[in-house]
Amino acid sequence: MRRAGTLVIGALVGLLALWLLWVLRDALVPTPRLAELALRELSNTGVSNPVTGVLLAYRAYDTLLELAVLLAALLGIWSLGAASPGFQPAGTVLRGMVKLVVPLLILTGGYLLWVGGHAPGGAFQAGALLGAAGVVLRLAGDARAGLPPVPVQRRLVVAGAGVFVLVGLATMAFGTGFLSYPHAWSKWLILTIETAATLAIGVTLAAAYVGGQPQPPSDTDGPS
Amino acid sequence: MLDSLALAVSVPLIGALLVTAVPGRAQGLGLLAALATLATVGLVTAEVWQQGSLRSDLGGWGAPLGISLVADGLSAALLAMAALVALAVSVYATGYFRRGETDTHFWPLWLLLWAALNGLLLAADLFNLYVMLELLGLTAAALGALTGTKAAVEASLRYLLVGLLGSLAYLLGVALLYTAYGTLDMALLGAAVRPEPIAASALVLMTAGLALKAALFPMHFWLPPAHANAPAPVSAALSALVVKAAFYLMLRLWLDVFAPLVTPWAAGLMGLLGAMAVVWGSWRALRAERLKLMAAYSTVAQIGYLCLFLPVLTALPTGDARDDLLVALLLMALTHGFAKAGLFLAAGLVQRSAGHDRIDDLGGTAQHMPATTFSIALAGIALIGLPPSGSFIGKWILMRSAIESGQWWWILPILIGTLLAAAYIFRVLSRAFNLEPTPRRFVTQARTEVPALLLALTAVAVLGLAARPLWRLLGFEGGL
Amino acid sequence: MMTSLLYGGTGVILFALGLWAFLVYEPLLRKLIALNIMGSGVFHLLIAIAERGALPPDPVPHAMVLTGIVVAVSATALALAMGRRLEDDDDAG
Repeated sequence: MRRAGTLVIGALVGLLALWLLWVLRDALVPTPRLAELALRELSNTGVSNPVTGVLLAYRAYDTLLELAVLLAALLGIWSLGAASPGFQPAGTVLRGMVKLVVPLLILTGGYLLWVGGHAPGGAFQAGALLGAAGVVLRLAGDARAGLPPVPVQRRLVVAGAGVFVLVGLATMAFGTGFLSYPHAWSKWLILTIETAATLAIGVTLAAAYVGGQPQPPSDTDGPS
Repeated sequence: MLDSLALAVSVPLIGALLVTAVPGRAQGLGLLAALATLATVGLVTAEVWQQGSLRSDLGGWGAPLGISLVADGLSAALLAMAALVALAVSVYATGYFRRGETDTHFWPLWLLLWAALNGLLLAADLFNLYVMLELLGLTAAALGALTGTKAAVEASLRYLLVGLLGSLAYLLGVALLYTAYGTLDMALLGAAVRPEPIAASALVLMTAGLALKAALFPMHFWLPPAHANAPAPVSAALSALVVKAAFYLMLRLWLDVFAPLVTPWAAGLMGLLGAMAVVWGSWRALRAERLKLMAAYSTVAQIGYLCLFLPVLTALPTGDARDDLLVALLLMALTHGFAKAGLFLAAGLVQRSAGHDRIDDLGGTAQHMPATTFSIALAGIALIGLPPSGSFIGKWILMRSAIESGQWWWILPILIGTLLAAAYIFRVLSRAFNLEPTPRRFVTQARTEVPALLLALTAVAVLGLAARPLWRLLGFEGGL
Repeated sequence: MMTSLLYGGTGVILFALGLWAFLVYEPLLRKLIALNIMGSGVFHLLIAIAERGALPPDPVPHAMVLTGIVVAVSATALALAMGRRLEDDDDAG
């Protein structure tokens, strides 16, 4: 019975795949796309990497909301209860490697953040590396994944979306409209937003990996 | 330059960020943010009232490169309903949650959900809508799990997974549309779409994904446990607003973007699913043993009513009759929003006071909590569709249009659904009014009882007796 | 042209495989992996349509993929946390 159901579902999904393949075969011809327009307008964005231009200029609003999605996930994880205790402290070899890798991750994150303006890179790649540094630290026995105390964590995770939306409101107040950066400032505004976003993403990912409601300082040295 | 559309999204977002950063004052700051959001939504509604429709090009790029926000009568009316319901839910929450733990988790997620809701109603870009849907889905699932019981977490996890499946189907549809037409803006797509296989595939994928999120029969299985196990203020928001947002998006796609593709057969299929949802949802509501479960099944039925409009809308030519029907659809959605939120808030009070919400053991509720029982009765009137509620007018116009467009058979599910609704509402009321002494006080806790009462009253009296401005808001001539 | 079809077609097949696994398998981890495979399928398709022969690649689908990845990471994290909460409850009770 169960086997038959699996087969029926398989057949239906297979038909869907065949249909979509057939549809795609005819559709992958040179059709109108936004690339040419995006590349033409790139000089007005203040950055020269087209993907960063899309993420932080043309479709900056999407990126703002994406930071909100990340925050929502972390808030949901926090609401589900306490984190499990961390892992046991690392041995000599692992500890040596952590001492080497974590600074390197942070340095590379900073580099990716800066280079994102004109080459592949940017806030998300940099934030992912910061988050990875937190994961490495927790695996090596740091129960809090190298994160600051809870109240500071709370401020850091809202920094990305916060700076972003405040820039939006500021540009609205100065009369250019929500998230319309004045041309002379756009490069620095984008860099400010990206820096705040990198920090927020890194902290959020590491905190999500810790995986529970941040404990007040008195409880952190629980059973180990 | 005051951009009310951008403000309607950013004000609740800023509120969410503030209550995350300063958890100690979550309640005060949260209420303040709720009031500010209501004010911005009021501004949007007033501007739409005066100018007909609004558009704002974020970042100044404009379509197709940038993302725009748009508001017209339909979105403004839903936005205003969502804001009023959300304010009532916020006030109720200050009395419902104990200060501390749950309180600090509720407020940031709740304000993020509100921002996502406003963003979804105002969005004009299909990929932006994907991000909005995900924000809405994640916050809704996290809020639903706030009670922390095993049943609630299980139901919310299923809700989250089903929502993700729906979003991915939607996203694949968006990718197909970008492949074929090279734009994501809904207005530009509406002008470019031709009846061809790739557009039809996108429509099917996106509709399936959104139907899953809107809990359209037979994809409703996740809704009753998720809505019935969430904390009462969250259930109210999920049932009254979140489900409706997915339906709103589906309606936009069918009426605006894919209009050239919609065949009578496709619309008829949606109507058939809607009819089955009406009958099945109402039947299960009648059989439900718990008050909140009954309310949740009633939502399944109400989404069915909204889908019944689709075949009739497609059959009618542009003109007064179609305008009336569109207003009727809006009226049904608004009435259900207010009524269902009121019903869930009242059910939460019953549950907290009695320690359970088993319908058979509700004896004496009318004596202990007269105001709350009155709210349930009022909300029930709106759900049944008795005059003078808004859904009475809505159902009336729908039945009239069904006959005019030669599709009389859609009347049958409406009649069956109305009868079943009357049965399940009166079943609750008959249990609540047992022979016990007359109550001494009508209201026992104003902060939680009054919001529920006001929502139910709006659904019955305000929307029914003052429906006329809706025609004006949508830019139509005529009215009742 | 051929490359795009190969890459985009792989995306469609990944999406279908993920959908099948999501519908057929019960355990949470398998469902989550299935959803992520479906997501990867859509991202494959988006990257395939960004590439049009000798023209410079289209940055808009690239940005959509980046946004989509962050959304997928967030959703997966929340679902995993819920799953672990359920497991902890089972262990305790």
